[in-house]
Amino acid sequence: MKAGMGEHQGVWVYSENMDLTLEMLSKASELACKLQTEVAALLIGHEVKVQADQLVGYGANKVYVVDNPALKSFQSETYLSTLTMLVKEHKPEILLVGSTRKGRELAARLATRFEAGCVPDCTSLSLDGQGRLITERVVYGGNGSVTQVFQTKPQIACVPPRTFEKAGFTERQGEIIDINISQFEPPKTEIVEVKPIEVAAVKIEEAKVVVVGGRGVEKKEDFKLLENLCYVLGGQVGYTRPLAEDRKWFKGDWIGLSGHKIKPVLYISCGVSGVIQHVAGIRDSQIIVAINKDPEAPIFEMADYIVVGDLYEIVPALENALKKLQGAS
Amino acid sequence: MVRILVCVKQAIDVSQVKVDTATRRVITVDAPKKISDFDKNALEEAIRLKEKLGGEVITLTVGPEDAKTTIREALAMGADKAYIITDPAFEGSDTLATSYVLAEAVKKLGSFDLIFCGEASVDSFSAQVGPRLAERLSISLITYVKKLSLEGDTVTVERSLEDSYETIRTKTPVLLTVTKELNEPRIPSLMSIMKASKKEVVVWKAADLNIAKEKVGESGSAIKILSVLAPKVERKKIVIKGETPAETAEKLARALIQDGAIKR
Repeated sequence: MKAGMGEHQGVWVYSENMDLTLEMLSKASELACKLQTEVAALLIGHEVKVQADQLVGYGANKVYVVDNPALKSFQSETYLSTLTMLVKEHKPEILLVGSTRKGRELAARLATRFEAGCVPDCTSLSLDGQGRLITERVVYGGNGSVTQVFQTKPQIACVPPRTFEKAGFTERQGEIIDINISQFEPPKTEIVEVKPIEVAAVKIEEAKVVVVGGRGVEKKEDFKLLENLCYVLGGQVGYTRPLAEDRKWFKGDWIGLSGHKIKPVLYISCGVSGVIQHVAGIRDSQIIVAINKDPEAPIFEMADYIVVGDLYEIVPALENALKKLQGAS
Repeated sequence: MVRILVCVKQAIDVSQVKVDTATRRVITVDAPKKISDFDKNALEEAIRLKEKLGGEVITLTVGPEDAKTTIREALAMGADKAYIITDPAFEGSDTLATSYVLAEAVKKLGSFDLIFCGEASVDSFSAQVGPRLAERLSISLITYVKKLSLEGDTVTVERSLEDSYETIRTKTPVLLTVTKELNEPRIPSLMSIMKASKKEVVVWKAADLNIAKEKVGESGSAIKILSVLAPKVERKKIVIKGETPAETAEKLARALIQDGAIKR
C-alpha cells in the first residue's frame, strides 16, 4: 500500500444538486457503517444553511456549511478553493461528488490538487477487504464495465443522478459546523449569462414509463402513435440518436449512452434496432419490451418481452388492449 | 497570430470491440484505433481559428508509438506539427499520471494561447484529462464548449450544461474541452492527405521530458483496473405472439399488468 492511505477518515458527499446529494448520502451511510466512520455532507452556497437539517435527516452525521455571498453562483475557482480548503483541513477518506458536468470538472481538478484518483460516472461502489473503494463504470461505448480500486486517498468518486435510492428522512441529531472563509482564490473565468434549457415538465429520467421510437418509425408525424400509447401508460416518449442526428427530427437529447440514460419501470422500444450505444442507456430499465419487424434485431437480446411485428400494427393494438383492460377494472 | 495546442487521444473504435462470451472479458487488442471523436471537433476549431487569424496548430498525444499513423489524419485536417509522447514506463497510467505527462510536454513546448481537448474520449469517456491538465498548468478552464469566439486575448464561449447554457468569458491562455455541437469536423482531401505526409511527427520519450518515473505508469497512478467485463444481461426474452396484432397486444398487456409494470 502506498503512503497516504492512513490518517484520512470519513465519507463525504457533495453536489450542487440537492436530490443527488440525498441519493449519495444513502450510499455514503452504508460505506461509512462498514468503515466504522462518519458521514459528512458539504453545504456550499449562499443562504443555504436552512438545508442542513435535511442533510442530517437523510444520513449526514456532520454538515460542513460554507455560506457566503461569494458562492451565490457556481464559479469554478471559488467552489474549488472551498473544497480544497475543507479536504486539506479534514482529510476525508472517501469523497462522493455528484456526476454532473460541473461536478465532474470540479472533482477532477480537486483530485489533481491532492495527487488523488477520481472515477467519474460510477454505477456501483463497494469496499474491498482493506477498506479501499471499488468502483464500477461503463466504458467502450457500453461494451464494457470496468472495475477499479483506489491506491491512494482521498478517494474521489462521481455518482450520476438516480444511481442510488434516497433513504427515508428521519428526525435525528447531527453536528452542523459553520466554516468561515475570508478569502477565496480569485476567479479565472466570468459567468456572463445563464440561459435555462427548456425541458419537459417531467424529466425523461424520472418517467416511470418510457416509449422510444427508432428508425422503424417512418415519419415524424407517426410519433403520434407512440404518444397515444404513452398517454394510456402515463409515460414519456423518447427517440434514438439517428432520429436526432441523421433525420434531424428532434434536437439532441436522444436516449442512449451519449444522451439520456434512463431506468424506468417499463421501457418499450418501437422499431429500435438496439445498437450498443442505445442499449447502454436503457440497460437498467426494470422491464424491457421490444417491438421490431426484424426477428434478428439485437434489441431482442436484452428484452423481457419480444414482439416480432410491425410497430404500426402493434402499437395502436397495445393502446387499445390497455384501454380495454384498464376499463375492465 | 495564435498558437494553439490540441490534445489528441488515439482511442479504440468502440464499435469494433469484441467480447469473449465464455469469460465476458472485453477484448480490445485487435480493435482498430482512431482519433477520438470529440478531439476532431477540437482540431476543427483550432484549424478554423488558425485559418482566420494566422498562427500555428500543434497536436500532442500520449500513447503507444503506433499513434504516429493515427495522427496523420490530424495533420491532413490542417494541423502543422504533431508530438507523440511514448514510453513503456507509461503503461498502466491513469488520468492522474497521463495529465502529468501532458503537462510536462506542454511546459517543454512553450506557451499557447489556447489548448483544446475533447469533452471526453470515446473509449474510456472519463472527461478527466482536460480539467486535470488545466489544473496542472494553472490556467483557465472552460468545459463542454459548444460555441467559441476569440477577440484579442478575450475568449467568450457558450457551454452546455444539463439544464442550462452558460456564457463564460476569460482571458488567454485557456484550456477548452469541446462538445460535438461546436462544429462539423472536415474530411481531408486527397491533396491535403498527401501534403500531410511531409509534415513532421516528433516522438519524445520520458527521458526527453522532465518526467519522474515514479509519477507515471502503475506506480504513479491512484487507480488500478481490476477487470473490464461485458455487462451482464439477465432478461426473460419471452416471445409474445398471437394470431392477430390485437391478440399479441392483449397478451403483452396482460403480461405487463401481471409483472406490475402497469397499474390496472
